Amino acid sequence: MTGRAWLRRLWPLAPVLGALVITSGLLLLFGVSPFEGFGALLQGAFGTEAKVLSVAAFWVPLTLAAAGLVVAFTAGLWNIGVEGQIVMGAVASSWLALRFDAPRPILLVAEILVAMAAGALWAGVVAIFKTRGGVHEIFGGLALNNIAIIFTNYLISGPWQPPEGGTFRGTVPFPEKALFPLLGVSRLSPLSIALTLGALAAVYFILRGTYWGLKLDALGRNPKSAFLLGVSSEREMILAMMFCGALAGLGGSVRVLSWFDSLRQSISGGIGFLALLVVMLALFRVVLVPFVAFFFSAVLSGSISLQLRTQLHSSLGGILTSVMVLLVLLFGDYRQLGIFGSRGGKALADE
Amino acid sequence: MHIQLQNIHKHFGDVKANDGITLEFEPGKIYGVLGENGAGKTTLMKVLSGYHKPDHGTIVIDWTDRSFFSPADALAAGIGMIYQDPLDVPSMRTVENYVLGRSGALAVDLGKAEEELTAFASTVGFEVNPRAYIDTLSLGERQQLELIRLLSLGADLLILDEPTTGISADQKEQLFNSLQKLAGKDGKIIILVSHKLSEVQELCDEVYVLRRGRKVGGVTLPATKQSLVSLMFEELPKRTERASYIREHTIMQLQDLQLSDGRILVGPLNLELHAGEVLGLAGLEGSGQQLLLRACAGLVEAESGKIIIEERDMTRFGYHKRREEGVAYMPSGRLEEGLVEGLSLTDHFVLAEPQHGFVIQRERYQQLTEERIDEYQIVGQSTSRVEELSGGNQQRALLALLRKSARLILLEHPTRGLDVRSAEWIWQVLFQRAAEGAGIIFFSADLDEIIERSDRIAAFSGGQMSRIVTADQTTTDELGHMIGGEL
Repeated sequence: MTGRAWLRRLWPLAPVLGALVITSGLLLLFGVSPFEGFGALLQGAFGTEAKVLSVAAFWVPLTLAAAGLVVAFTAGLWNIGVEGQIVMGAVASSWLALRFDAPRPILLVAEILVAMAAGALWAGVVAIFKTRGGVHEIFGGLALNNIAIIFTNYLISGPWQPPEGGTFRGTVPFPEKALFPLLGVSRLSPLSIALTLGALAAVYFILRGTYWGLKLDALGRNPKSAFLLGVSSEREMILAMMFCGALAGLGGSVRVLSWFDSLRQSISGGIGFLALLVVMLALFRVVLVPFVAFFFSAVLSGSISLQLRTQLHSSLGGILTSVMVLLVLLFGDYRQLGIFGSRGGKALADE
Repeated sequence: MHIQLQNIHKHFGDVKANDGITLEFEPGKIYGVLGENGAGKTTLMKVLSGYHKPDHGTIVIDWTDRSFFSPADALAAGIGMIYQDPLDVPSMRTVENYVLGRSGALAVDLGKAEEELTAFASTVGFEVNPRAYIDTLSLGERQQLELIRLLSLGADLLILDEPTTGISADQKEQLFNSLQKLAGKDGKIIILVSHKLSEVQELCDEVYVLRRGRKVGGVTLPATKQSLVSLMFEELPKRTERASYIREHTIMQLQDLQLSDGRILVGPLNLELHAGEVLGLAGLEGSGQQLLLRACAGLVEAESGKIIIEERDMTRFGYHKRREEGVAYMPSGRLEEGLVEGLSLTDHFVLAEPQHGFVIQRERYQQLTEERIDEYQIVGQSTSRVEELSGGNQQRALLALLRKSARLILLEHPTRGLDVRSAEWIWQVLFQRAAEGAGIIFFSADLDEIIERSDRIAAFSGGQMSRIVTADQTTTDELGHMIGGEL
């Protein structure tokens, strides 16, 4: 391979390096050595076994939502409402956990299914607003995100308020049998790992090998042509959104049944929005999603101990990941830059 | 103002839209620019109004060479164009739209602008409500507003592209009166691009006729319709003899079908298409033929009337349902609405053929695609992405994607941009379908293609369909009159 070919192959790493450089500059500006800073970050993410498990536990819902988003993006849909879909999944699981009693396996399966259904329905509303009402999915999604969060607050301070009066922070802890089995004292459950790997495999298979996946791909690339070739755009769009919503809802279920043990005020805490960034950094490819999500999860967990060690605010992790996404979106596609000669073979046609 | 266009050339790829056109416009006169589809009228007017830069040639205003870099540039020099679809901003009020595009103080004095607008309108003979929102106005009112706006910005030459399509008879009368006044009293130059011969005869002083990118004549009116038609349409050879595949069986019947796209009203149409028949639709672009084709495909809803296909009333069937029932439709934009950029040929066949189960059997479709590639002589691989194919091969691919079971085949510009041999080959495939009993309706910008390939021909003008003539007996002259509005 020539030097140029190597350069092309390694190009995707350039924005990552760029983000590290920018963040190092920021650290220097505040008088912290970058080595010390990133060292603290790594230490915070992987320093102890408990920390590694915590990174993995955060990775689960993030990856679930991101895997769903890959499907929505393939169909050309911007499912900003993923955050609300996570919340509604959490609410649905909490409802079962608080109100119903059944043998543990049945209860867990029911909690998972009802969370997926709730997420799917919440996403379906956005999709129907889009196809029938002409409301762009970004606006519909944002509105429903707000409603979902307000609804949680109402439940916590109203019907599901703990008997002792409550603190407006959460419901009573769910009974042990309603929660996912955990690994040791961590917040990670083997069950959610299995579900996440299953979801990743399902998305990969759908997009690679099924009629539905191809239809979504066609729809995302050119809705007009896809329609004329026989793709029922409305149906497939709604289904793609609902599929994404179902995985997000599952992520919500994981949040209440293993990360926490009750329904809390900000139950998702922006995982849906993070998942959007993950998908963009993963170049919309499902095979890259678990790795990018893991990176996000590690940086964000690590930056908490960064704060303890260096007195820098923990938002540094957020800055690092966000700058990286921006740089990937700006420079990730070397063909757009024209620095390697060809502009990707697409001719500029006049009329 | 006095304007000369000297030796204007404008090419788009291989297409010579303007191939050395020289015209002259004098103040106080109304000019008509005539020509059939693709004659180069619109391109020439876009060159004059600064929208296109000519490849070669000069625009001379009052004996000084000028070149324009944008429509705003041309307008500053006094040249304004009103497009077929007015380029206003729908969610704005009339007066705001009027103020738009005006340089000046940062703060806008809408009150003053309102007065100015109303005053200007009355001098031209229009009445406008400055506070109405643009999207509540009719097409004719929007056109009036655009005219006033251009005049207020100092236009001395006004170009109107098919201005009477979609406006009421009263509005047309009003428009013509003010145009006459603007030319006669104020000494403006008016250029009317139109194909409606009677309107050109009614309004214009001089007519320039274009054909295939060149000026073929200039006529001072009054002149007979006959002389205009024979200038516009070159005499085409009679249709070559070929076997007719027409059978007794009726494929499609239209009963009092009425259509509308908000701009033109089509119909009521009554039509019968037989098995094996090829029906060609002539007419200037946007005269209703595309609307009819899309309505037959189920892409446009009928306002009233019935579409009966294979003895079943399919008026209410959508596109996908009709497709299952044997209707095939091939759009004109290959990569815009026919093929999906980024997907392979095989992917396209997977999408277009009936689905089997949930998982794609790749080998099966691979094989099918390779068969079709052979059959339709497509230069490309089953794994080729469609944008890697040449235009001709994309067209073959579109044809190959039409299901074999189709009984009614609807085609837009089936051979546009193809060389003679590819076009001939495509028609042999289509005739084969006709011989097998399919009914075919197509439209094309090429009058000779329509005459050569059709069994019967209908022409569209302003949404109205002409009588139907048989292709081997009609003449260019007859079709020219039909396209020009003598139905």
